[in-house]
Amino acid sequence: MEILVCVKRVPDTSENEIEVNAEGSDIERDDLVYSVNEWDNYAVEEAIQIKDKVGGSVTVMAIGDDESEEVLRREMAMGADKGILLSDDTFEKSDGRGLATILKAAVEKGNYDLILTGAQSDTGAAQTGAMLAAMLDRPFASLVNLIEVIDDSTLKIGREIDGGNQEMHEIKLPCVLSIQTGINEPRYVGIRGIRKVASVEIPTMGASDLGIDTATIGDAGAKTKCIDYFVPEMGEGAEMIEGDTDEIVEKLVEILKSKGGIK
Amino acid sequence: MEHVIIPPATYTILGIPLLILYIIIPIVGVALFTYIIAQRLQPLIKAAPDNRFDQLGLRLFSMIKYAVAQYKQPRYMLAGVLHIVIFAGFCVLSIRSLTLVVVGIKSGYTLPFFDTWIGTIYNVLKDIAATAVLIAVVIAGIRRGIYKPERYKVPEKYGKDHTAEAVFVLAMIGGLMVADMFFEGTDLAAHINRGIDTHYFLFPLTGTWFVTYILTLCSDSTLQFLHVISYTTHEIIFFSFLNFLPLGKHFHVITSMFNVFFMKLNKGSVKPVKWGISDDQLDELESFGVKKFEDFTWKHILDFYSCADCGRCADQCPAYHVGRPLAPRFITIKCRDYCFDKYPLKDESVDRGPLIGNILEEDEIWSCTTCGACEEECPLLIEYIDKIVDLRRGMVDEGMVPQSLQKPLNALGKRGNPYGKTEKKRGDWTKPLIKDEGYECKILSGKKAESAEILFFADSITSYDDRIQEIGQSVFRILKACGADFGILGPAEKDSGHEVRRFGEEMLFQDLKEKNTKAILESGVKSIVTADPHALNALKKDYENLPPVEHVSEYIYRMIQEGHIKFNPLEDQSDIYVYHDPCYLGRHNLIYDPPRMVMDAIPGLKRVEMERSRDRSFCCGGGGLMLFYEPIEETRMGKVRVEMAADAGATVIVTACPFCMVNIEDGIKTSGLEGKVRAIDFAELIDRQIIK
Repeated sequence: MEILVCVKRVPDTSENEIEVNAEGSDIERDDLVYSVNEWDNYAVEEAIQIKDKVGGSVTVMAIGDDESEEVLRREMAMGADKGILLSDDTFEKSDGRGLATILKAAVEKGNYDLILTGAQSDTGAAQTGAMLAAMLDRPFASLVNLIEVIDDSTLKIGREIDGGNQEMHEIKLPCVLSIQTGINEPRYVGIRGIRKVASVEIPTMGASDLGIDTATIGDAGAKTKCIDYFVPEMGEGAEMIEGDTDEIVEKLVEILKSKGGIK
Repeated sequence: MEHVIIPPATYTILGIPLLILYIIIPIVGVALFTYIIAQRLQPLIKAAPDNRFDQLGLRLFSMIKYAVAQYKQPRYMLAGVLHIVIFAGFCVLSIRSLTLVVVGIKSGYTLPFFDTWIGTIYNVLKDIAATAVLIAVVIAGIRRGIYKPERYKVPEKYGKDHTAEAVFVLAMIGGLMVADMFFEGTDLAAHINRGIDTHYFLFPLTGTWFVTYILTLCSDSTLQFLHVISYTTHEIIFFSFLNFLPLGKHFHVITSMFNVFFMKLNKGSVKPVKWGISDDQLDELESFGVKKFEDFTWKHILDFYSCADCGRCADQCPAYHVGRPLAPRFITIKCRDYCFDKYPLKDESVDRGPLIGNILEEDEIWSCTTCGACEEECPLLIEYIDKIVDLRRGMVDEGMVPQSLQKPLNALGKRGNPYGKTEKKRGDWTKPLIKDEGYECKILSGKKAESAEILFFADSITSYDDRIQEIGQSVFRILKACGADFGILGPAEKDSGHEVRRFGEEMLFQDLKEKNTKAILESGVKSIVTADPHALNALKKDYENLPPVEHVSEYIYRMIQEGHIKFNPLEDQSDIYVYHDPCYLGRHNLIYDPPRMVMDAIPGLKRVEMERSRDRSFCCGGGGLMLFYEPIEETRMGKVRVEMAADAGATVIVTACPFCMVNIEDGIKTSGLEGKVRAIDFAELIDRQIIK
């Protein structure tokens, strides 16, 4: 099975103290460390596991500048066979639709049976995967937390729905799935693994290689725009429970029961 | 001594001399033994290299201390004494046994000079030895066969019980003793019956003495029969025993001398990824760590051969104690079984594939805190930490790392600390000292780097953990009170990488080591002080070419001796103090006394000892990355340790390691001993009592 996984380089939330900049237009990006978007990492692990079971290949693709190469290399160290970097000045400041447009063009240059994206990334919009599917006119499922290959043309997938419940579907290939964390346990990638793939060539494609009309992407093509960033003000209502451990536990249980948190 | 009854070498049955048998038995026995040993050497030859031919003088001394004098045996008194008796008896009787082999071919044979007074003395010694061995074997047999001490048990998942093998070997040893007593006794009895002087000094109350006098009741023909039978039995058991040894846990009889000679000499260190490969060449290695059996070094395979299955390692192992899926003993036994299947003596070779997932489990290998209790206890000096680290290196290389450890490892790679906090805040723990207490703090790195005599190496937990920062602040005040000229590296300091290395992420460790080494050398300090035994161990054992490193307890001890420090008397003298030995201060660096002596210098401080202290200290749960790992366990080590302190009657537990503080304070909460027992770090205690 030919699998494509779309990955993104994002600020690592567990290793940064995120602050909004003075203008409220973005977060402070000095001194941030970046890594692969967590959801994408699960998607790559899943792709590798599928490949190990049924054969084929895994390609990872990222939109971004040269620094996104480190993310592609990391995922190749995990076991992806090939990396493609989509990089062009005109790609900058694309909104979700713009990104989907770029990805669609790149997907059409290949021959992929299955396309995986993370359920969401740093912006939290969770839209690119779905838009890509729509543009490609392929079936789509979001928040997938289980994949079984039934045959060459069908997958059985599980989706997480409200209240932690699970629903199962069959979906026809080729399709696009957005992957939820917890679908697997991604393998560890050490410095050694990354060094092993340090010299592997990663092809880069720009707008002209992909034949994209630059008016539909980037700042020019963006139909949505972020107008403000702010940290919400601390609300009222936090209650500090006092007393010794037993009393605190007792009161906490009481409150949780009264609010319906536990039965 | 003239022959009253016919010796075995000239005895015939139906005209056939038994001499033939007595020539065949040794030839077959030795040939078979040679074949078995050659087969057993196969895996050692295919194994990874190991550097064990240095410091030959020290090795010889260690061999005499641990193998010949059996230094570790009495740590378990009854079993230890029984073992020493049997071993010493074997040493004495080895001469006798070899002589007996020749006696079957050439009757009346004695070793050179053994026909003189030397032989007379030897015969007395040998009779005493045989008697002592026989008694020890009987007691050991009752102990193993009837009382069955807990530590010999084999849980089903780890394989079959070894009691039958143990009792069988004891029976063989007992058989050898009795057969020899009868062989000697029949001849002596025949002489006595005829009133002929034997010139043999029969030492009263020995087994041979008893047997001889009982046999005087027998007729000559019975004595003749028993004489030949006992000799033949002795020879058959002797050569069977020789060939039985390499088949199981009694291989240690043959291998232990070698195993001890080739022991690990640099405690606390971790073996390189591959012997003979320098740090710069690591990138060229195809694979890291132990994945298949032959990735072990030859010494580690010799360890597997040498395990006597005494169970002392597991008995001391804190992970096993709290129900984690790890018992050091069974790592060895499972690997030995695997080896014997893959390199069999006669059957088809069975290769059970990669070690992890087939005979060893991931959780089993991650469960080890590398506390070293097992290695400290093993009478044969079998190593575990290096094997665990090598297995982890293999797992890391294959990406098999629990999610709970991946985050801190990634953060260590990106930020130089497992918490993912920013580098520039690494020195922030000194801020309250500067702001509220008016101290000055030298930063020995960066553009405006200052210089100092001493570097205080804080390491990650002391730099970033709210509670542990207080320990760092105490050390800071103590160093100021001693008038030390010191500073910190601040943002240039990275995690020491102690656990990074011991969790198998060697390349990340190399990266951290390189950065720290550069920052330390550029700072120009003359010595290093740390309050973290893990950092101490890393800087001392894993780094090279650094200025001398001291733990703060050693530094304070020196300051007291030099008269720089005096203590106020303890305010509340109703408290009972107990000192908990951190593994990396005690067992791995042998610093047991300085912290105790410093504490004893505080007027009014009453101190008790826990039953498990010093080199038998019970690990609090492990440090560094171990704080992030979520083990499968029934209880927590920290909780068990706090209960041990309470049992000793202590109200204050003094630790000298930041990770011990985390685990012990947790343990106090989970054991319900809050208000009854509290924990204080050694540096905090000194900071409180020191006259400033």
